[in-house]
Amino acid sequence: MTVTHLSKMRLWLPHSPPIFLNRETLELTVAITSAVTYAFCNKKVGSTALDFDIVIEKNARFMNQYFLLIACLQLWSLITPVNPASTWGPLIFIFAVSATKEAWDDYNRYLSDKKANEKEVWIVRQGIRKLIQAQDIHVGNIVWLRENDEVPCDLVLLGTADPLGICYVELKGKTTAALDGETDLKTRMIPSACMGIDGVIECPRPDKDIRRFDANMRLFPPFLDNDVFPLTIKNTLLQSCYLRNTEWACGVAVYTGKCNETKLGMSRGIPEPKLTAVDAMIDKLTGAIFIFQIVVVIVLGVAGSVWKDTEARKLWYVQYPKEGPWYELLIIPLRFELLCSIMIPISIKVSLDLVKSLYAKFIDWDDQMVDLETGTRSHAAKCCISGRLYGNENGDALTDAELLNAVSSGSTDVIRFLKVMAICNTVIPVQSKSGEISYKAQSQDEEALVRAAAHINFNASLIQYEVLDILEFTSDRKRMSVVVKDCQSGKIFLLAKGADEAILPHSYAGQQIRTFAEAVEQYAQLGLRTLCLAWRELDNDEYQEWAVMFKEANSTLVDREWRVAEVCQRLEHDFEILGVAAIEDRLQDGVPETIETLRKAGINFWMLTGDKQSTAIQIALSCNFVSPEPKGQLLMIDGKTGDEVSRSLERVLLTMRITNSEPKDVAFVVDGWALEIALRHYRKAFTELAILSRTAICCRVTPSQKAQLVELLKSCDYRTLAIGDGGNDVRMIQQADIGVGISGREGLQAARAADYSIGSVSGTSLFNSVSLMAYNVFYTSVPVLVSVLDKDLSERTVMQHPQILFYCQAGRLLNPSTFAGWFGRSLFHAIVVFVITIHSYAFEKSEMEEVSMVALSGCIWLQAFVVALETNSFTILQHLAIWGNLVGFYVINWIVSAIPASGMYTIMFRLCKQPSYWITMFLTVAAGMGPVLALKYFRYTYKSSKINILQQANVWEGQFLLWGT
Amino acid sequence: MNSNTPSSSAGGPGSADLATPRRNSKRPKYSRFTQQELPACKPILTPKWVISTFLLVSVVFIPIGVVSLLASRDVVEIVNQYETECIPEESRNDKVGFIQSSQDKNCSRTLRVPKDMKQPIYVYYQLDNFYQNHRRYVKSRSDQQLRNPGSEHSTDACEPEEKTNSGIIVPCGLIAWSLFNDTYAFSRNNQQLAINKRGISWKSDRDHKFGKRVYPKNFQNGTLIGGGRLNTSKPLSEQEDLIVWMRTAALPTFRKLYGKIEMDLQTGDVIDVSLQNNYNTYSFNGKKKLVLSTTSWLGGKNDFIGIAYLTVGGLCFFLAVVFTLIYLIMPRQLGDPSYLSWNRNPGGHLAS
Repeated sequence: MTVTHLSKMRLWLPHSPPIFLNRETLELTVAITSAVTYAFCNKKVGSTALDFDIVIEKNARFMNQYFLLIACLQLWSLITPVNPASTWGPLIFIFAVSATKEAWDDYNRYLSDKKANEKEVWIVRQGIRKLIQAQDIHVGNIVWLRENDEVPCDLVLLGTADPLGICYVELKGKTTAALDGETDLKTRMIPSACMGIDGVIECPRPDKDIRRFDANMRLFPPFLDNDVFPLTIKNTLLQSCYLRNTEWACGVAVYTGKCNETKLGMSRGIPEPKLTAVDAMIDKLTGAIFIFQIVVVIVLGVAGSVWKDTEARKLWYVQYPKEGPWYELLIIPLRFELLCSIMIPISIKVSLDLVKSLYAKFIDWDDQMVDLETGTRSHAAKCCISGRLYGNENGDALTDAELLNAVSSGSTDVIRFLKVMAICNTVIPVQSKSGEISYKAQSQDEEALVRAAAHINFNASLIQYEVLDILEFTSDRKRMSVVVKDCQSGKIFLLAKGADEAILPHSYAGQQIRTFAEAVEQYAQLGLRTLCLAWRELDNDEYQEWAVMFKEANSTLVDREWRVAEVCQRLEHDFEILGVAAIEDRLQDGVPETIETLRKAGINFWMLTGDKQSTAIQIALSCNFVSPEPKGQLLMIDGKTGDEVSRSLERVLLTMRITNSEPKDVAFVVDGWALEIALRHYRKAFTELAILSRTAICCRVTPSQKAQLVELLKSCDYRTLAIGDGGNDVRMIQQADIGVGISGREGLQAARAADYSIGSVSGTSLFNSVSLMAYNVFYTSVPVLVSVLDKDLSERTVMQHPQILFYCQAGRLLNPSTFAGWFGRSLFHAIVVFVITIHSYAFEKSEMEEVSMVALSGCIWLQAFVVALETNSFTILQHLAIWGNLVGFYVINWIVSAIPASGMYTIMFRLCKQPSYWITMFLTVAAGMGPVLALKYFRYTYKSSKINILQQANVWEGQFLLWGT
Repeated sequence: MNSNTPSSSAGGPGSADLATPRRNSKRPKYSRFTQQELPACKPILTPKWVISTFLLVSVVFIPIGVVSLLASRDVVEIVNQYETECIPEESRNDKVGFIQSSQDKNCSRTLRVPKDMKQPIYVYYQLDNFYQNHRRYVKSRSDQQLRNPGSEHSTDACEPEEKTNSGIIVPCGLIAWSLFNDTYAFSRNNQQLAINKRGISWKSDRDHKFGKRVYPKNFQNGTLIGGGRLNTSKPLSEQEDLIVWMRTAALPTFRKLYGKIEMDLQTGDVIDVSLQNNYNTYSFNGKKKLVLSTTSWLGGKNDFIGIAYLTVGGLCFFLAVVFTLIYLIMPRQLGDPSYLSWNRNPGGHLAS
């Protein structure tokens, strides 16, 4: 015999018979009665924004304003040194690229919205089923769904095909599954009193909390005498879920996609483009270059004006007008401004955007990261039943012969224990087509317990229990219980399981709980998670009395959770403790080590999870995330009201301040509720706490809270690295500076900003417009983009030396001093190119087009070598980009040189035939790179940075490993 | 055993893995690119590598430098600056006045050939302090007008030399207007030296930039006379002096080809130059030089490349030596982890 999970199917409260919706006259009036009235708007589901907004938003950044200013100045032909196309072209190109990207995204969003909007759904109106488009669903409509249908909006369940009024929903994909960190398949049931024909559902304003729905259903007379029935999240079907294993279900729409007010829609939020730290740094550096540029412009502008007044007027062939217009003084500085505008290449914007999406892609693509997600797996291991410990040191109880013996010999305690294990849970057995039963549980512990119970086969007859009430698990109560009725004997039992501190104190007077406490202690030391199982037989009267209170508590709109807990408390006492089950939470290999490694790297950890608090803490403990007592200390921030949270926050803060000097690992734990309050009302205190603590666990947090937290940390000048598995973590990830990797490689990026060339002689640009434009957009960005693909250290090395990451955190590669280095280098290169060009192409060779191409080629060559020197690892891609760029330069210029109408006609062919051209190129490269290489080598060898050492060490691995041991 | 038994066994510990394949379905398709596992070479700046690079560069550069320098030295160049000497003594106080007057501008100069010069000998005029790259100047031309007889009126860019009272100027613009107009005639031992003025401009310019059916019109007809005049009966494609002039120079000192002497000159030859000093460089203190020069494979006489190559090569050699010495004197094991700061004071920085 098995105590099977048939009982699990009987979650339905039997005293209110399920109603069926084949009574098709059903029409519920749904009114929204909330303290604040809010208007329904008739917008469809949708987030399609206008591109225009995006353009404006993009322009909010300094760099964009700068480019726009330059572009506008270019339009003034009096001052523009080159064809305005040289700025407008790239600008338009860039906006076209980003606008296309946005438009494409929007279009896709629009398509999916449209699909969602136009999806046909059945609604029941005046007793007739009608097929309408999802966008036409109004609040109060009754929506009828078939198996595997997607739920179009938030519904309150009214009826299902199941005679017990249960249906199952599966959350769609990762997006929502990860939303509350629980398993995919959930039971939903119709509210207990939902036979009404007229009624009012009182529900709160739509919010983004997908775990709460504190509403009531009020049925009008004559039905049930205006009774109020509680509605919880269990009675709802949320948007984007799928109906599973249920033939049909119907519900009344309470929140629709209009105004995006479904819970899911609100929870998801609107992604806003955010500035990452790198962006901010680049903006800062751009500002610095801008200032430099202004100085240059003023100096050159004044010099130019003076020269013009003293010398240029004598140049009869220029025919300067005697009297200039009033703005004459401005003209020369503005011209220089335009010439210098290339110092901040527009390509940096393109590059940055591309880099970001590339990194995102790589993150997406990375196998190892996918692996990391797989997380934990629970597994029932040991148990202690009435003083006996089953399960030896390393084996688990399931294989323990003693336990099996005890089961077959019918030891009452053992059987009861197993019964509690099997019944007292919220696991849903799902029978697949092939007849196998799998268990979908909200927590992995439960799943493990049920599976274990199922594994131990009793050979007795089928026992049927009817579940009367479920006293749900909350993180406060730390236990759950069920009230069941034995179908054979009619006796009512309370079965409970929970944390030891939540169960053991409630044992009946006189029971020896010491053995259990010891067992708990013993298991805990083995790193197992423990649960105490207990039961109590209930009087029928006692139960009936309590059931009324329970129902009442369940229908309160205010503080429902608290009231329910209080009522539960009244039943959960005088337990007979049956035993302790210990569950091994097998972490994936290497998780603790990884965390340890990262911690060594000086990285502060925040664990933001949708899990329950206890689970989160357990996981945190088992993966080294927080240290167990006494080395570590966990501080709770909890409380349901503002005051409580505030008090507990203050307390934690105080403790933090005290222990900060001690080498103690102090972490705080906060749950979503308290976090919400803390973020809203006690932001300052919480921020301080965030700065003080190196570790934090936030459980039951929603995606928007995740994003808020990241934002908070960023505001404390932290670099944040958000690891998430997409979907609801997107906002958090967008919010976060993706971190080390990015800030690392974009050093080159910013450096590129300084990689300019002084190309002006007497106020006219040396370079022709096309080359200037091309240089601006393409030549500068391609090799830089390649650097994205670069990695400076192998993963293995980094793993051996986590501290290096700490070093990276200091923003080593993108900070003002590196930037200054790059700036100096570019200045040097500019001088090299300029001097070499004007001297080797002097006199009879000093034809403008030729000289300009020589200088430009010089820049391109130098740039290729600079990038090559800075690249740490060459793959085929690097080679392609660096040398391909060079080849591309020649190909493009040859093509342009072949067009008779172009100003450059024949120039490039002419140059390439001249030995002096190639000699000049080599000279430029050698003169430009020699000192750079020498300096780099010197610093590399004799003033090595930590990264360099590791790079070198990588090569001498053998020697290095010796040290490592 | 009841009907649920099979389910129980299926629900054994093994099925804990059920969730795994589903998650893995999200796993992206493996490729070496997406996993950033492309085969890569990671060059390290090892002493050996760096020193040999520097040595290699010096070994390559020094010979090139020597060859370039020799080539440059082989070029024979005669430079004669004449802008002051060609003003009569009495007018030297008011050079501008002289040059703008209609006095006789003839001037004769004598050149002495220092070394044998093989033909072709290029005759250049060199202007100093002449800003052909001035933005007002460089833009003041109309390529369409020059190329196409139909585009006579596209003179937008030519301001302020776009038209005279009698109509559109062809070729318009400041560049054409300021055409250099000193002329030179050479004789050796009273024997005229022929100067070939054909083919001094770029062929591509004659063929594609300057129209064969475009004739000068209203040129130098305005109130202000700039430089030289053009023969109105010759199409622009044959006005090679103009074509050369209109290839603007990037630098204020430049040489432009005047013609070629297709005759060898011997050491000690004395060449008499009879020149017309017409062009006004006096308002802006510009210099005018007459240059006779042969060429090498590298072009004209220009020591810069040779010297630069020798310098760079020498420096590289010097660096190679210095690095070798440093390497020998204070060898340092690359990648020695004891240099890692956290190994020196463990955990020190983490405490902060």
